[in-house]
Amino acid sequence: MIVITPQAGPHVRNPGKVPSLMAKVVLALVPATLFGIYLFGLPALNTVLLCVVSALFFEGLCVRLVNKRLGLVLADGSAVLTGLLLALTLPPWAPWWIAVGGTGFAIVVGKQVYGGLGQNPFNPAMLARVALLLAFPLQMTTWVAPAPLFSPAAPDFAQSLTITFNGAAVPDSLSGATLLGQVKTDLDRGLALPQALGAHFSPLGQGIGYAAGSLGETSTLLLLLGGLYLLWQNIINWHTPVSFLATLALLAWVFQQLDPTSYAGPLYHLSSGAVMLAAFFILTDPVTSPATRAGQLLFGAGCALLVYIIRTWGGYPEGVAFAVLLMNALTPLVDHYFKPRQYGRTRRGKPLPLPPLEKMAPSRRGRP
Amino acid sequence: MSTYRSIIQQGLWSNNVVFGQMLALCPLLAVTTTATNGLGMGLASTAVLLASNLLIASVRHWIRPEVRIPLFVLLIATLVTLVDMVMNAWLHELHKMLGLFIPLIVTNCAILGRAEAFASRQAVLPAAVDGLCMGLGFTLALVALGALREILGSGTLFANASLMLGSGFSALEFTLLDDYPGIVLLLLPPGGFLVLGFLIVLKRLIDRRIERWHLSPQPTATLDPANGETA
Repeated sequence: MIVITPQAGPHVRNPGKVPSLMAKVVLALVPATLFGIYLFGLPALNTVLLCVVSALFFEGLCVRLVNKRLGLVLADGSAVLTGLLLALTLPPWAPWWIAVGGTGFAIVVGKQVYGGLGQNPFNPAMLARVALLLAFPLQMTTWVAPAPLFSPAAPDFAQSLTITFNGAAVPDSLSGATLLGQVKTDLDRGLALPQALGAHFSPLGQGIGYAAGSLGETSTLLLLLGGLYLLWQNIINWHTPVSFLATLALLAWVFQQLDPTSYAGPLYHLSSGAVMLAAFFILTDPVTSPATRAGQLLFGAGCALLVYIIRTWGGYPEGVAFAVLLMNALTPLVDHYFKPRQYGRTRRGKPLPLPPLEKMAPSRRGRP
Repeated sequence: MSTYRSIIQQGLWSNNVVFGQMLALCPLLAVTTTATNGLGMGLASTAVLLASNLLIASVRHWIRPEVRIPLFVLLIATLVTLVDMVMNAWLHELHKMLGLFIPLIVTNCAILGRAEAFASRQAVLPAAVDGLCMGLGFTLALVALGALREILGSGTLFANASLMLGSGFSALEFTLLDDYPGIVLLLLPPGGFLVLGFLIVLKRLIDRRIERWHLSPQPTATLDPANGETA
């Protein structure tokens, strides 16, 4: 009798599946999320939970409607990531219908209408962010000053439910302005930039993120940490973030050299708002960004240009979401001009030239 | 009789200007921020459609095919100018609200489309019925879109109807939600596209339901399978 012991075949395991990829991105976002929840208290936790749960709900609903396999789609984690990304860009004390409606818009209109993961032309979280900003300009620009957990100003559990579900208005004593918004208002009032910046801006403070702002966008350093983790894990490559951040810094530096009284410097632009989140987590979305490295360099640079233009001369204090959507729309064009080289062909699509005859094997030389 | 039924059905539902042919989207998206605007625009377009179909069907034998398009445009432009003046005189508030979009009915491709595809090759009466039904179908789409955008966008329905359309329409005015924050997005052009998309989805779902209902075996047919006939 022959005993056959089953053994695993000598196959290479590929860990780069969608669920593990999404899990790593979510993991990279955890520090910034936790800091946001600490900084803005229990209402922020409500917002994050609402976004993630309703993302799963809407994804499940759409999947049921088109009779796909529910478990397979929900388990890929992309809905959780979209919900979390959206939550990080919302005002921390947003009412429940902002969170739920925004997530519904992101999942249904931003993603499932096109056919689900991998088919959407625009980043769902950014699409929902822009839709919410246009639909509810008041609620989406009501910022709350930091009220850390366990501090006297922090709302307790019952208060947090009232804030999220009953739409209690943010008391004036607790409201605050974001740095970008404050500086834009001051500049519009005719103040020179040094005065406008002087009271509010310190690079270190912005880096740590103890300031009013979107739930998970205040802490530049924690987002940078998450981004470096993604780079180390080979989830993203360096081209998009580096070209985005470098172009933004370069533009800010050039304009600051031209007129320091009205244009803020590179540190101000890099350390504030959604720049870090976009650089590592939004722009690197493989679905909505170009496929080639050259295309990604162009993509990041174009985004930075748009962010700088909108922030400096536009009507809104922050323009990252708009810039991302505009560049998403250009992605097919970028991909058209920067195609990856096909195997066996040159970049222009012609077959690779054959090696000259002398270098071929001698047995073929004598043939007619 | 059945041809008239088919004309009516085509105009109102299956070949609806907006939901079936996807024409006239520019005025559709621009003016349907309220149901009142949609109704006014729809009725003005219906008047032009009816009159142009009538005119073109009655002169169709004297128009050389080589010059038909310029002639159609000329006729439609005349009618639109008339409607514009009439509205300016008797529905002044609505005219002010709709503004440029009344003269722009000339360029509404649905009207030239009906003239070219239907009125120029049919008798006067069917052409008139077609114009009326196409116009009413367009009005239906405009009012549906306007009502949805108005309810979701600002929480009212047929706001200012009496001011614009005359005091008889005051019964239509509703304020559905008093303390409504309003979804500004739906009053902007992107909101028009979004609501239009969802309405088209709705129409296709209804169509599919009807089709399935027709395809499903009728009770009378299943009673006698040996006969070999299907109902």
